[in-house]
Amino acid sequence: MSDITQSNSQTTQFDELPDAPPKRKIKLSWAGKTGVVVLIFWAIIVAIGPMIAPYYEGDILDEELFMVPGGDEYPDTDFQPPSKIVYLGTDYLGRDTLSRILYGARTTIGISFIATLWAYAIGVTLGIAAAVGSKLLDMTLSRLNDAVLAIPSLMLALVMIAALGSTIPLLILLTGIIYAASVFRIARSLGQEVMVSDFVEAARVRGEGLWWIITREILPNIAMPLATDFGLRFVWIILFISALSFLGLGVQPPMSDWGSMVKENLPGLIYGSIAPIVPSLAIATLTISVNMIVDDISAHSGGKLAKRMIS
Amino acid sequence: MSVLLEVDDLKISARRDDDSLLPIVKGVSFSVARGDVVALIGESGSGKTTIALSALGYTKPGLEFAGGEVRLEGEDVITMGSDQLRSLRGQRVAYLAQSAAATFNPALTIGEQVTESCVLHGILNQEQANERAETLYRALELPDPDRLGRRYPHQVSGGQLQRLMAAMALCGKPDLLVLDEPTTALDVTTQIEVLKAFKSVIKQEGSAAIYVTHDLSVVAQIADHIVVLYAGEVQEHGSAEQVVNQPGHDYTRRLMHAVRPPPAAGQGDESLSEHRRESPALQVKDITAGYGRKHNGMPAITVLRDVNVSIERGHTVGVIGESGCGKSTLARVMAGLLPAAQGQVLLDGDELQPALQKRKRSELQKIQFVFQMADTALNPRQRIDHILGRPLGFYLGLKGQEKRRRILELLDMVELPQDFAGRYPEELSGGQKQRVNLARALAASPEVLLCDEVISALDSIVGANVIELLKRLRKQTGVSFVFISHDLSTIASFADEIVVLYAGRVVEQGTTDHVLSPPYHPYTRLLISSVPELRVGWLEETMQTQEAQAGIDRVVTLTAVGCPFFDRCPLAIKDTCDRETPPVRQLSAGHTVECHRSEAEFMQ
Repeated sequence: MSDITQSNSQTTQFDELPDAPPKRKIKLSWAGKTGVVVLIFWAIIVAIGPMIAPYYEGDILDEELFMVPGGDEYPDTDFQPPSKIVYLGTDYLGRDTLSRILYGARTTIGISFIATLWAYAIGVTLGIAAAVGSKLLDMTLSRLNDAVLAIPSLMLALVMIAALGSTIPLLILLTGIIYAASVFRIARSLGQEVMVSDFVEAARVRGEGLWWIITREILPNIAMPLATDFGLRFVWIILFISALSFLGLGVQPPMSDWGSMVKENLPGLIYGSIAPIVPSLAIATLTISVNMIVDDISAHSGGKLAKRMIS
Repeated sequence: MSVLLEVDDLKISARRDDDSLLPIVKGVSFSVARGDVVALIGESGSGKTTIALSALGYTKPGLEFAGGEVRLEGEDVITMGSDQLRSLRGQRVAYLAQSAAATFNPALTIGEQVTESCVLHGILNQEQANERAETLYRALELPDPDRLGRRYPHQVSGGQLQRLMAAMALCGKPDLLVLDEPTTALDVTTQIEVLKAFKSVIKQEGSAAIYVTHDLSVVAQIADHIVVLYAGEVQEHGSAEQVVNQPGHDYTRRLMHAVRPPPAAGQGDESLSEHRRESPALQVKDITAGYGRKHNGMPAITVLRDVNVSIERGHTVGVIGESGCGKSTLARVMAGLLPAAQGQVLLDGDELQPALQKRKRSELQKIQFVFQMADTALNPRQRIDHILGRPLGFYLGLKGQEKRRRILELLDMVELPQDFAGRYPEELSGGQKQRVNLARALAASPEVLLCDEVISALDSIVGANVIELLKRLRKQTGVSFVFISHDLSTIASFADEIVVLYAGRVVEQGTTDHVLSPPYHPYTRLLISSVPELRVGWLEETMQTQEAQAGIDRVVTLTAVGCPFFDRCPLAIKDTCDRETPPVRQLSAGHTVECHRSEAEFMQ
């Protein structure tokens, strides 16, 4: 013990200097903070939307509601402007836009979220398998993945839905598979990077099995970039499902969904109705807010992430 | 001499999360005269690079100027706008980064990159710039100066790239050069050649320079003035001779102390006979290994050829050689990370499977690998107790309290406070991480530790402390070490036996005393004479010697026939050395060399 204390007293005089200042915590910019606020707002809507909706999503409102004393006995209920009766006006069938937005939040965000989870389940599993597995496995999976990426995603979805009919489970299944391809690429490249790091090599020299290396060494180190990517992927899936609905192949009436709401009410633009504008705004605010948060986080991680995610 | 750069009470701070300022540089003043080389020396974290960068009016992200002035010919660069800074940088002040390999763009020719900045600044037109570059290539003694500009970065060696970077910086005739550890990443033999070129070109061009480094022996060769820094403050400031010969400050003396003495016989620790048994702890026999697709049982690129090394129990074998000589590959073959193409690895006399996956857990436990870079060898997402606990559970089956107790013991053993157990690697300094890295290997209770350049990435003082620790651990545990390094002084002070590797062949092998005293193999001689001494004027003397003249600035070639050292060797025999594989000779002192020349010829 004597030489321990001796060497300690030697070093106390000039302490070893720390390598670098401690890492900063992620600090959100005003844009990121706005994003969080908007996102929380939509999360609440998903939770309680149908409860606070003034009408049922499929309700075609009664003409009597819009009767004005001394006016037309049978007023048009479609494309009504915002009023005290319908805060955001009505759509082309005379349904309350606000109620449909509130119900639709659950459908749109819910389907997209489950589809994103599903895409991640497939993409990350196969991506990591390709990263740690043999060259042959990597080749096979990567070429298969290229093939999926090569098919225009909207076309693929259109053909499948046209053949099998549009149901929500099929929608989720398809979207998940289509988006799993890009998740695969990211998970694979992140995994490969960690796989060649010294600490994984240290684990291999120790004789650790593949399962340990994947769960303890690799996954914790790629979780953060994957989580960031999750946000972005979620946004794209919302847009994708909205696009399908817009084409009439997504969520089927009478269920409301933001994408189909835009489509159905497009003619309303001619009459100056806000019915197609409101769901567009809902999609825009949600996707932009997620984007702003993701930007903030990836800027913090040195922009490396952002580059990889352009795929 | 007129003053070119004046740094006056410079203060630089980092902004913390809560917007408070953390001072990094605390009122530093010094000046650089025209034609002078001023060295900033200190450990990492001392603020030396931060200060040097301020001469370009630049701070790293997260840092900001908090006071003082940096005047270049009377003009304060800190207050300059971005337009002024743009014309300042590259034109009047040029910066040379540490790693040339990372600085050059592999897709552009060398000539384009060397001349780019001065053409961009409008100092010279492309034709003039090309001429200027050629002159500089000659001044820097680069090979084939007429055509060098048309080659690509990967076609020249690391030392040549480093000199090309100097050419890039000097092309626009700057008044001031800022050199940031330009030789730290190089081998000793390469370092000499680069130092020499820098020194002569700085003198020729009459430009001033700020030289940032942590290596005092390098500074002694190149600097006129030395500024010793610690924690952002000047500790000592004076002429090179004064600081080297009569250090005034405690910290300078500590830096001097950490400079390892030049390699000499008689430094190696005595062997510990108490641990000795009949069979060596670890032995490799006739190992041939390499990378790439195998063809007829031989890999595409052969890195090691017919290597025989045996490590006695409790002994330390130092493996030395330049980068690319196969040192790390040897360790990887021993650990099973790279299965050898031919030959055997024996543990305790029993043959081991070449590939790691087929070795038994008890065999894996006995050979532990300590990686070079502690920064990357520790999983950033695992706490220290987790990192140390895993081998305890994995090999020894320890659990709960027992495991906890052993973790704390290990921390004690490597002289780290016990509360480090709860920290993450990023909260530790480089030296502390390296200690954890060592502790993890020791946790397995191994018989052989493979240490791959474990102190190369550390500052001299921190590195010296780690070596002390290793010596103590060796005494306490009786573990055998394979100690790989490109630094002969470190090996000389730590190893019982030395294996000198050159281009994948063992050129000399024996006890430390024998290898480090004449007769030398010509390559060993070159290595020994290339280690810089802490003495002003050493560089000039060394450059006169035969070894240096012949040995510097040659690219190492891996050959299947003849002696690979042939074209660098001052004693080479034409038509013999390049055609026939050199025989292994037993010298009278008792160690072996691989050479065509006889013992008597070595002594001449």
